Amino acid sequence: MNKMPKWADAVLIPLISILLAFLLSGLVIMAIGKDPVMAIKTMVQGAFGNSNNIGYTLYYTTNFIFTGLSVAVAYHARLFNIGSEGQAALGGLGVALVCLYVPWPHWAIALPAAMIGGAVFGAAWAFIPAYLQAKRGSHIVITTIMFNFIGSALIGYILLNYLKVPGSMSTESARFGAGAHLPTFHEMLAPFGIEFNKNAPVNVSFLIALLAAVGFYFLIWRTRLGYEIRAYGQSETAAKYAGINPVRIVVIAMLISGALSGLMAINNVMGEAERLIDNAVEGAGFIGIAVALMGRNHPIGIVLAALLFGFLYQGGGELSFWESIPRELVVVIQALVIMFTGALDNMVRAPLEKLFIALNKKKEA
Amino acid sequence: MSVQSEAGRQATAAPTASTAPIDAPAIELRGISKAFGPVQANKDISITVKKGTVHGIIGENGAGKSTLMSILYGFYKADAGTIHIKGQEVQIADSQAAISAGIGMVFQHFKLVENFTVLENVILGAEDGGLLKPSLAKARTLLKQLSDEYQLSVDPDALIEDLSVGHQQRVEILKALYRQADILILDEPTGVLTPAEADHLFRILEGLKEQGKTIILITHKLREIMEITDTVSVMRRGEMTATVQTADTTPEDLAELMVGRKVLLHVEKKPATPGAQILEIENLHVVDEQGVERVKGIDLHVRAGEILGICGVAGNGQTELLEVLGGYQNGTGTIRLNGEEIDLTGKNSDGQSRRARGISHVPEDRHDEGLILNFQAWENMVFGYHHAPEYQKNRFLMDNAAIKAMTQESMTKFDVRPPNPKLEAKSFSGGNQQKIVLAREIERNPDLLLIGQPTRGVDIGAIEFIHQQIVHLRDAGKAILLVSVELDEILSLSDRIAVMFDGKIMGERLPSETNEGELGLMMAGIAEENPGEAGQ
Repeated sequence: MNKMPKWADAVLIPLISILLAFLLSGLVIMAIGKDPVMAIKTMVQGAFGNSNNIGYTLYYTTNFIFTGLSVAVAYHARLFNIGSEGQAALGGLGVALVCLYVPWPHWAIALPAAMIGGAVFGAAWAFIPAYLQAKRGSHIVITTIMFNFIGSALIGYILLNYLKVPGSMSTESARFGAGAHLPTFHEMLAPFGIEFNKNAPVNVSFLIALLAAVGFYFLIWRTRLGYEIRAYGQSETAAKYAGINPVRIVVIAMLISGALSGLMAINNVMGEAERLIDNAVEGAGFIGIAVALMGRNHPIGIVLAALLFGFLYQGGGELSFWESIPRELVVVIQALVIMFTGALDNMVRAPLEKLFIALNKKKEA
Repeated sequence: MSVQSEAGRQATAAPTASTAPIDAPAIELRGISKAFGPVQANKDISITVKKGTVHGIIGENGAGKSTLMSILYGFYKADAGTIHIKGQEVQIADSQAAISAGIGMVFQHFKLVENFTVLENVILGAEDGGLLKPSLAKARTLLKQLSDEYQLSVDPDALIEDLSVGHQQRVEILKALYRQADILILDEPTGVLTPAEADHLFRILEGLKEQGKTIILITHKLREIMEITDTVSVMRRGEMTATVQTADTTPEDLAELMVGRKVLLHVEKKPATPGAQILEIENLHVVDEQGVERVKGIDLHVRAGEILGICGVAGNGQTELLEVLGGYQNGTGTIRLNGEEIDLTGKNSDGQSRRARGISHVPEDRHDEGLILNFQAWENMVFGYHHAPEYQKNRFLMDNAAIKAMTQESMTKFDVRPPNPKLEAKSFSGGNQQKIVLAREIERNPDLLLIGQPTRGVDIGAIEFIHQQIVHLRDAGKAILLVSVELDEILSLSDRIAVMFDGKIMGERLPSETNEGELGLMMAGIAEENPGEAGQ
């Protein structure tokens, strides 16, 4: 077998890539005259040191799981949805409308409704590029990125003209009612006697994200629809031969993708901010691309990759706060990780493959 | 990159008259061999092309013609053998080297920039210096000269996308001439031309020959060889089987040389007992996405318990016929299955509805259509039938366990090796991949089986097995439509043979009353229709 074992592809390559990224980051930190060991300690401490930090890390992780899954669904149909950012923003609008205009008695009722609101708005925002791709052949990369800008402008417009609290100076909606408050880990874990920091934004959405990952697995690998999505993604000609309708697959895959992005809003809009603010997504949509790439479009990989980026986000923030390492350098570290795990995949893969083939030959001889 | 091509240019600097004999052949290939993995595309090929002649190279698809020309043009490097141009041995490392050796190539699929003008295309890659204006001016004069000399009238300022295919081809020829080619290779030049355009092309080639240019014409059309060439070389299965003067040969001889007397694979089968009409095709037309009419009004029928073999050189409409029947190409005309008409366009015309009607399809191209190479065997075993109720666990989930069990069973029955349902399709050999597709389609027990190129790229052992399975299905009273470019396969399997040429049925024959020579001629579009002889 002239091939690498699966575990090496799934585990070894990302690990080596991350290691390389951190090594290079270390060199950069040394170059500006700081101690890289100290820096990594600060980052780990900042991301996992106490329940407050863990809470933030998991909060970011939740966002990235949703957007990572979103990008991955589309990717299985060989669609490169880079419109997660816009779809999540519109999802935020959906969630906000549901939470603002209905006096919810309890979060357990409000959450499903908000989920529907977010998913529908996200899916609707993905539908237009999907339709244009399927029917008109407009490239989905171009249209989705344009829709990010349109979405951002639209949210700004709606906030300013319709949702802003009269007399307020900030472009944000009114605060959602108490019935729409999602339980945070602090509230959820208290009955079990576990002390979790009160200020950490991580909330019940984290569990929803994990459920979404499980659902993703079943959808892609256990249902007919997932089967058709994967078949279309692998070969459009084969899909046509089998009687799979390409238009239907493109539209449905994008609707699911948009809905998953939209669902992210239950975490950042409903769970954390409890109101709609401008630019609530904060780039999570784009991080989702890296997460999906690194997670090999598999839910387990996506959850782990989301955790890594959650760590980078939170730990990086702490790093710039505590060590006078500029915020920009933290972005450099994140960029290096994205670059090594995503774009430079083959740099690690090619030599590793050669190594395994050589090892196999030795074994055979 | 540029350094490399410079080196090539120097190494292959055109030999001067002083060093080469005056009557040296334009091209001489000696002992050229080329293998792609286990496939020997060219085996010890030697050929001499005289200056100022039109030399035809004829052979079936896959005979190795294009490989040979690609070696000559520097796309591939030969494993063995030497190339001599005008009496001097040359190394052709890349197409730049070929061009500077005086070789020009006109590809079957043109290499033109659609939204550039003729002039811009001609100078592309041959500009003098960084500024375009002087090059364009120079090219304009030269182009006018060339156009007059060879009757290659083309408007230099027309955009390529506005030109007809015939004119685009002339631009390709002009491009080669502009680069001072005196050996011109044309690969299947008439494949895309109308008959009138083809005649014009031949007049141009005559003119080029009179001016002392050497022309190599690659084709599988006997008519063209007879019409225009001085000498013809025949290739079969990677070997050069003969080189003869065109005047001394006949189309019949060439057809025989082309097809060869291959050992017939013996297929054990009883005489057919045809039953009811299963498939009836009336006046079927197919126009492809480019707007080219591929199937031009054909009538066919297949009865239960018989195999109708359709032979023809690839690209004469067989693929489109299968696609229409398989539901993923639109057509016009009438197709009836079991007496009931089926939709040829619209939403009831797709692979799913065809399968629901009892049509199974083993497509010609198992890599791009029949299989998903990255899917495991069990996932491939339900491909196209994944909606079947027996593969569903409940409303939402597929019953993967049942599918795997079924796959295991089918793999044993069809002797797929290794019989491992979890292996990805790409890990199986060609023969075993084909058995997977065959198992999937035959096990559905269809009324009609469409089967294209059943044994392409399949080893001998598997060929026999696949043929047996097809005959079994026939004996079970099913209708089978077989499309193959392998004549011996058609002859040994079919109960009735229809020959397709240029989107039309040239005629039908009974295998017992015909031979490869006759079929070969019909495939080349030569023989007359012989109405009412077969298929009664």
